Amino acid sequence: MIGRALKHRDSALWIAAMVHRISGLALAIFLPLHFLTLGLAIEGEARLERFLRWSDQPLVKAGEIALVFVFTVHLLGGLRILVIENFNWRDGQKQLATLAAALSALVAFAFLVRVF
Amino acid sequence: MNVRLYLWQRATAAVMAPLVMVHIGVIFHATRHGLSAADILSRTRGSVAWTAFYGSFVLAVSIHAAIGVRNVLSEWIPLNERRVDACAVFFGLVLAVLGLRAVAAVVLP
Repeated sequence: MIGRALKHRDSALWIAAMVHRISGLALAIFLPLHFLTLGLAIEGEARLERFLRWSDQPLVKAGEIALVFVFTVHLLGGLRILVIENFNWRDGQKQLATLAAALSALVAFAFLVRVF
Repeated sequence: MNVRLYLWQRATAAVMAPLVMVHIGVIFHATRHGLSAADILSRTRGSVAWTAFYGSFVLAVSIHAAIGVRNVLSEWIPLNERRVDACAVFFGLVLAVLGLRAVAAVVLP
């Protein structure tokens, strides 16, 4: 009974919707911190520079790479929703959702190569 | 989500799509030789274009994120509608204030 009720969760499109929601939540949590960091420039360039040097740590860089992935996957997932809602239906939505995830991973990998 | 919030969320998403693409480009450009405050601020200080770009980005994301958080709260947390609305408005205002402060910090000479 429960198995049947949760069957839809095996669908790539249910996973895509959940990825969109979780990535949106992650960005909502990150944004205030991002704004506070940039706000350090009010106290002067040196204050912002000190924070940026602190952020050179590998763990912080890894977090930035994850954020680039989350940012890109939320953008592409959002574009897919806008296209579905505003244009004629196209088949292959599962493939498009998979492509969005793959493209996001590629962008995040390119960022990884850049920062390490 | 009512129709008005739905339209606001989709409209802000449509506005932000090109802004996000440019921002990802800026992230790659800014990190080409490692991030530095001097590099960031030399690009943004006194720039009307970056003020308009990031100012509209902040306003759009504050509305978009507040509506998104409202949806998540109303579906996942057992709170009444009024509290959910209050949380979403508070979150949107915090984002807008912190975001505009951040824009001012990097664009004002």
